[in-house]
Amino acid sequence: MLKFENVSKIYSGNHYAVQNLSFEVEKGEFIVFIGPSGCGKTTTMKMINRLIDPTEGVISIDDKDSNLQDTVQLRRDIGYVIQQIGLFPHMTIQENVTLVPRLLKWSKEKRKERAKELLKLVDMGEEYLTRYPNELSGGQQQRIGVLRALAADPPLILMDEPFGALDPITRDTLQGEFKDLQQRLGKTIVFVTHDMDEALKLADRMLILKDGKLVQIGTPDEILTEPANEFVEEFIGKERLIQMRANVETVEHMMNKHPVTIHESASLSVAIQVMREKRVDSLLVTDSEGYLKGYVDIEMIESNRNNNKTIADIHLTKIHTVHKKARLRDSISRILKLGASYVPVVDDDMRLLGILTRATLVDVVYDSIWGHEDPGKEDQIAATVEESVL
Amino acid sequence: MFEVLSDVIQYYMQNFSYISQEFFRHFLMAAYGVLFAAIVAIPLGITIARFGRLSNWGIQLANIIQTIPHLAMLSIFMIAMGLGANTVVVALFFYSILPIVKNTYTGIVNVDQVLLDSGKAMGMTKGQLLRMVEIPLALSVIMAGLRNALVIAIGIVAIGAFFGAGGLGDIIIRGTNVTDGTAIILAGAIPTALMAIITDLIMGTLEKLLHPVKSVKDDKENVDHAAPA
Repeated sequence: MLKFENVSKIYSGNHYAVQNLSFEVEKGEFIVFIGPSGCGKTTTMKMINRLIDPTEGVISIDDKDSNLQDTVQLRRDIGYVIQQIGLFPHMTIQENVTLVPRLLKWSKEKRKERAKELLKLVDMGEEYLTRYPNELSGGQQQRIGVLRALAADPPLILMDEPFGALDPITRDTLQGEFKDLQQRLGKTIVFVTHDMDEALKLADRMLILKDGKLVQIGTPDEILTEPANEFVEEFIGKERLIQMRANVETVEHMMNKHPVTIHESASLSVAIQVMREKRVDSLLVTDSEGYLKGYVDIEMIESNRNNNKTIADIHLTKIHTVHKKARLRDSISRILKLGASYVPVVDDDMRLLGILTRATLVDVVYDSIWGHEDPGKEDQIAATVEESVL
Repeated sequence: MFEVLSDVIQYYMQNFSYISQEFFRHFLMAAYGVLFAAIVAIPLGITIARFGRLSNWGIQLANIIQTIPHLAMLSIFMIAMGLGANTVVVALFFYSILPIVKNTYTGIVNVDQVLLDSGKAMGMTKGQLLRMVEIPLALSVIMAGLRNALVIAIGIVAIGAFFGAGGLGDIIIRGTNVTDGTAIILAGAIPTALMAIITDLIMGTLEKLLHPVKSVKDDKENVDHAAPA
């Protein structure tokens, strides 16, 4: 649908407003450009409808190089919504909404029909058609601003912080309404904002910019889970990262990396000794390569004590495991549901990597209340708690 | 005092058709001058608004013209064009250029950049932007310039009587030339003043009507009612 290839914008001298940007947007995708002010996000957006011409590189829409198209025609095929709304004060709502159709020379009846249809999309009555923009509230005005962009049914809509100037409640409502509308109509949206909450709420994919350069592109989940660098982490905000942690963090990050294990060839008496030393009531059984074979607990050893067996002979192979990439949130709810006191964490080949215990749950709760503190200290606490739980 | 007033009334009754003829002549001269000036000055104002660099010396030049005393300006044109209404109309043309250019320039320059950007982004050509956005939004300011120019012009036309242009100034001059001409002077001066005041009022109303930010007052209640939706 929309493709940037090595696009740069250079202002007088050597100042790069946007540097060597390449990415692609799928049809129907909601992509959010985000970054601190002056990062080039608005410049990037304005290059799409050529309000700003790129210095280098190619921007193509539906595989057509936009530089080779007539700018006026190009802009009529792309919706545009801005923060300041920009409704024309001397035109009625109907005239405002159907301005692009008018430029495209639609008939008067068709335009009026279209205006009514559009107002219905945002649940505004026909009586608004004859009003002037200054008679509407800010939220209503921006709804009209959005409708104006939709009027000629363009496949692509550009939005420059459209909800930035609205009060929080109206903003929230409009974001919801708009996301809904976008999904219903299947429009491709390019949305510029500096508000991380808004981006996380609306975006299918986010593109993080800094000093005109692409820092990271990905879904909100991907960005929250694996921020590309410190800048992204900072930009997302520690608070938000911690809040989202339980939702998107993988098991790998929170697991205890030193589960108490025992080799399958060890004898039962050794097992009991290990249990006593580590003060636990069950052991994970592994082979020489570290593959998880099962577990033994104190009851099983008790019932087999008199026989001279090794662990390989008695351990239960049936054990619930979680993959290292599994979501922490899901895994915790699994532990709670199964009533298990722990779940071993494995990789693709069933190699034992760590263990998730109820103590981990405590860690998550602790983190979200007091924040992430000195990891060494925390490990210690976790270890202590773990022992008492097991 | 009372005597003078009754003399004026008597003058009007005796010379009604003459006075109304001069009245219209007077007004037409002023209107023509302003009209011709508008034809030149409005496009000029738009042009200098487009090319920022021109604006300074363009308005400077018009300012200089404006500082030339009326009598001097009219005399200069009289030397070139002889006596008659045309001389006055040409002088008015030059006097009217400044207020019209200045207001057109101001009106166009003050159109919100946001609106221009959003018009451009919606795919308006330069011409459409001018026709559909800039001129409608600047119209009331341009109108204020015309109003200003017309009121000044009405005053200048009165002086034009010295250069054989006719108009209500003729009556005033006649009054100054006769002994005890107070009534005649007033008979010329009162309609001149009235013309200026009425023109100002009418143009002021027009200016308000053309103000771009409109609102339908009677619907106010409805709007408030519908706002939470």
